[in-house]
Amino acid sequence: MAQELHVLAVDDSHVDRKVIERLLEISCCKVTAVESGTRALQYLGLDGEKSSMGIDGLKVNLILTDYSMPGMTGYELLKKIKESSVLSKIPVVIMSSEKILPRIDRCLEEGAEEFLLKPVKLSDVKRLRDFILRGEGDDNKETENNIKQVCSRKRKFQDDSTTQSMLSAVVTAHDIESSSPESSASSESQQPLSKQSKIG
Amino acid sequence: MQRQAASMKRNLFNQDYLDEQFNELEELQDDDNPNFVEEVVNLFFTDSVRLIRNVDLALANEPYDFGRLDDLMHQFKGSSSSIGAKRVKRECSQFQEYCNERNIDGCKRAFQGVKQEYATLKTKLDAYFQVAREAS
Repeated sequence: MAQELHVLAVDDSHVDRKVIERLLEISCCKVTAVESGTRALQYLGLDGEKSSMGIDGLKVNLILTDYSMPGMTGYELLKKIKESSVLSKIPVVIMSSEKILPRIDRCLEEGAEEFLLKPVKLSDVKRLRDFILRGEGDDNKETENNIKQVCSRKRKFQDDSTTQSMLSAVVTAHDIESSSPESSASSESQQPLSKQSKIG
Repeated sequence: MQRQAASMKRNLFNQDYLDEQFNELEELQDDDNPNFVEEVVNLFFTDSVRLIRNVDLALANEPYDFGRLDDLMHQFKGSSSSIGAKRVKRECSQFQEYCNERNIDGCKRAFQGVKQEYATLKTKLDAYFQVAREAS
């Protein structure tokens, strides 16, 4: 039985929360959407229980957070997560409407998996999902393929060619290191970026 | 009806009221969520009322808090961008430029522009969704 990924989405914008929820649903992810970093940490249980569960007992596979939020920024949320011995294993992706290179650098250095430019596209989300799936169960290729197939069948107008995200503006640690200064086109980053340990 | 809806949409794009992001949103609609775009746009309109009121208040009295003005406009620009509201977004950027220069008169003028484009967009989108709903 293929397990759906569970994504915790954090954004103070009501409009953006609705859109990201829909993008994730279409990509066959379970979504919990909250409006602030504080709420996100509450959901995750700040002191950290035994595992990276939400208060409803659902394991969180990915945290997708906006950068600019009142109170706690996405960067501050990222830091708190990475400082927690329990939560630090959860991949965190930052979203922002502004492409500010020092900001991107800082987030990636702090351990963010990726930095997505808003508005986020379906191709970005699908790519993220596939990346997380690979990290979560690389001894179970069947699960990854199952999820993708089931997800395709559910969608009436599935167009898998949109996952060849030519124009998706994504910056990864790989891009920064190969120092292409204004990389607005994403490299097809199929390689796992990070120190993703097997969870599960 | 469908032709009318399509033609209205074409005009909205040709006149820069909307950009590609609107199409991206339409791609997210399906039989189970046939009104997704309209729902998002209505959310935008609801949020915008609050934001516009807050900017008006912030522009009303000295001392002017340019930091807050910039924050508010950043939010407005963000949600405009999320629904593909190209002209509104453009006016928001203009506002932010004046804000950075601490030019309060510029800000006030630019905000008139924001409100104008917003009002026009709302009228046009309300009409578009009405027709699009009847067409389906």
